[in-house]
Amino acid sequence: MGAPPRALFVDTSQHALAGPREAPSAEAWGAAPYPVLVADPQGGVVGLNPAAAELLPAAAVGTRLADVAPAWIAGAHERLTPGRPTPDDATGPAAHGCLGDRVFQGRPTRTDDGNVAWWLVDDTDRRKAEVSLDEERRRTAFLAAASSALLASLNLERCMEVTASLAAEHLADAAVVVAPARGGRIPVTHCGTDGRIVHRLVDAEPTGVPGLGEALRGFPPVPSRWIDPAGIPAWLVPEDLPGVGSAVVTPLPGHGVPAGALILLRTEDRRAFSESEEIFARLFAARAGAAMSAARMYAEQAAITTTLMRDLLPPTLRAVHGVEYAGAYRPSAESDRVGGDFYDVHPGADADRETMVALGDVCGKGLEAAVLTGKIRNTLQALLPLAGDHQRLLDLLNGALINSHHTRFATLLLASVRRVERTVHLRVTSGGHPPPLVVRADGRVERVETRGSLVGVFWNITSTTAHVELAPGETCLMFTDGVTEARGGPLGDEMFGHDRVEEALAHCAGMPAEAVVDHVRMLAEQWAGRGRHDDMALVAVTAPRHAHLSAVDGHTRGRYTA
Amino acid sequence: MTVHHATRPDLDTVRDRLWTAVRAGDEYQAGATVLDAVGSGLDAETVLLDVIGAVQLRVGTEWAANRLTVAEEHAATAIHERVVAALAHHPEHRGPAPTRARVTVACVDGEWHALPARLLAEVLRRRGWQVDFLGAQVPTPHLIAHLHQTGSRVVALSATLSPHLPTAHAAITACQAVGVPVVAGGAAFGPDGRHARALGADAWAAHAREAAEVLDRGLTRPDLPAVRQTVDDLPHLTDQEYTMVVGTRRELLKETLVGLEDRFPPMRAYSDRQRQRTAEDIGHILDHLAAALYVADEDLFRDFIAWTADVLTARDVPARSLDPALELLAQRLQDFPRATRILASARETLATHSPEPRKPGDGQHV
Repeated sequence: MGAPPRALFVDTSQHALAGPREAPSAEAWGAAPYPVLVADPQGGVVGLNPAAAELLPAAAVGTRLADVAPAWIAGAHERLTPGRPTPDDATGPAAHGCLGDRVFQGRPTRTDDGNVAWWLVDDTDRRKAEVSLDEERRRTAFLAAASSALLASLNLERCMEVTASLAAEHLADAAVVVAPARGGRIPVTHCGTDGRIVHRLVDAEPTGVPGLGEALRGFPPVPSRWIDPAGIPAWLVPEDLPGVGSAVVTPLPGHGVPAGALILLRTEDRRAFSESEEIFARLFAARAGAAMSAARMYAEQAAITTTLMRDLLPPTLRAVHGVEYAGAYRPSAESDRVGGDFYDVHPGADADRETMVALGDVCGKGLEAAVLTGKIRNTLQALLPLAGDHQRLLDLLNGALINSHHTRFATLLLASVRRVERTVHLRVTSGGHPPPLVVRADGRVERVETRGSLVGVFWNITSTTAHVELAPGETCLMFTDGVTEARGGPLGDEMFGHDRVEEALAHCAGMPAEAVVDHVRMLAEQWAGRGRHDDMALVAVTAPRHAHLSAVDGHTRGRYTA
Repeated sequence: MTVHHATRPDLDTVRDRLWTAVRAGDEYQAGATVLDAVGSGLDAETVLLDVIGAVQLRVGTEWAANRLTVAEEHAATAIHERVVAALAHHPEHRGPAPTRARVTVACVDGEWHALPARLLAEVLRRRGWQVDFLGAQVPTPHLIAHLHQTGSRVVALSATLSPHLPTAHAAITACQAVGVPVVAGGAAFGPDGRHARALGADAWAAHAREAAEVLDRGLTRPDLPAVRQTVDDLPHLTDQEYTMVVGTRRELLKETLVGLEDRFPPMRAYSDRQRQRTAEDIGHILDHLAAALYVADEDLFRDFIAWTADVLTARDVPARSLDPALELLAQRLQDFPRATRILASARETLATHSPEPRKPGDGQHV
């Protein structure tokens, strides 16, 4: 071991500064490596060692502590309880303060004659280390909290809001987050000194602000930049900020694309940003940029999905030409919105023409099956002019499916519907699909006698078309096998089955189409409970029980005619 | 422009007219009643809550009293849905364009009672909020995806039946984890909202008007670093009683059915349909027992048993027929102290319960 560092002489980690019971003699402290200053209870200096003389050049025996020593020592000395030392009260509390550019700890020790010896220990390095450790802990905690706050949302506006408010609270007086322009306008999020968030879309030219244009373009790469507070345009300053003293523009780096820029603002009465604050701001900006970039990508993907999905979702049905239609759809898995079941209602050009209803089931589940339902629905729509002949329509659809690269097949129900007087006439054809059920006004339930081959497998397909007439209050219910094959029930493993569908339907005489669909769907869903089920689709075609001229479909003017 | 007539229709009269129309399954008459009421000066919120909401409540009580079939109840609900939609799209009564923040109204997954949430959505929309109504049975992943995509400020989450409480808990935690506060409503959360508090919801509202007031006051965003695990809210779950009952539901149900047949030989002659009804009843008992274990609330289960007793009595089934099932479950679950306590307290309730028809939920939380 070499020469021990000074700190080892006194264990400065001890807070209870137990001084020696026997106060050291002048000889003992005279040679001590620490500056030692002895003062009487009245504050007069009565002794000092050479180290103390070097540190406090004005101090000499006979001077007053208040004149020659810093106020923090003189003050601490005054606060010490005067009197002789007791075993419990050998010292007073340590005091801290600056001497020149160093930080010292002063430790009082009472001597036998009632004076106090102040041992001055240079504490500068430890203090610095403690301060930077605290600072580092604070920053680490802040970055961890910031990360979890930023990662929580995939909503861009929300991420900008979190970024601005964290920055305003922890890094500056106010903060502004600027995102790359959207449709010619720049999204800007302000957080002022009061923590209030304001979102705005601004028509402005970012190139006027040094560093901002580059940060938003992501090129050329720029470090954070000081900008002249006088040159900041008004749209970058929160309304409640009294005046800008200093400002820094920090780029928010995204995943390969610029996520925007963070502008930190401080008021005039606060000091400017230090270098370490600027570095820290960059660490924060890296996290905020990554979160904003992820949110942006998610929003773009979600927008694409929504657009593509729009045509795959089942349509909202309503009354057409005096006939009620209602549909319900539930995909198999909670993560799916679309699946292999589908339905459509194509209204006739006028009340004298037939309206065509199609309900079908593509083999398979999820998105892939949904894509094929989209093709079938488009093909059916194109074939509508041929709807007068269901068999021919199915033939053409069958050919189109066999010739496509899909290996899947489908089952299908077609119904052409027309109301004459108060009776609704249906021509119903099955393409390999379970036949629809009809509930009569008296509650009897009948199966519609139609049969046919499934579509997309065989070159030659056959089918029989059934004619059905619905009197007022009667309903024809079409559904997919997801309803009958829903597994569940009280014991958890039983199929819902045709009988239960028929039983449910028997209670639906005279009910509006929507109520019929809801009733059967609710019973099937309750049956399935949390159990797995295939896609479910139902369509009800109902002859209105009450003679009204217009329907409550939410689209007409809603006049009710009694 | 709204024309206020000198004579506003009396609320009771409007309710009676709507009830008659709904009872007859006459959607058009129901719609006409509501539009007439609004047209003659009743404000839309009153019509939504104090007419449609009130009649829907009556639908529930009439069903409980066996004066309405399940199909008729569903039909009445469907008619109400359509009438609410017609009012919302009516050019003269559709309400203001949104001027306030975006809020999302949704039913917890599995909850098909959508009308209370629908009425709330309409009330909020008419008070100027931009409302996204996601409907019944919203899977939590869909709800969260919606929050990401829209940046909605608040979620109003509705649950009517107690067995949905664990799912509601997952939904509440998930919303808060993405920084969106939740106001919970619906009969499932208890008459005083105690389950909403237990599940850590940011607020609870007894009815739609109160929910609107909660939104007016504003909700603070959940503290993100403080986002919790399930057991942080409900430390009693570490005893695994809830997990056990849910995990062995099917076995418990079968054993109880077999046990009942042993005790009550005529049951062996039951038709499949009767057997299925019995199994359904035991299923409901188990689901409510699980919910009571989840939120550690004996009253939840006791209230359910009292209500079931009323429903059975209204159908000429003696309420005491519930007791053997409870006794069998108590024997089977005797090693589980909380379940044992809950079952014992319910049996006590059953022994002293005098029938009084009512039905929890069904429209009254709005």
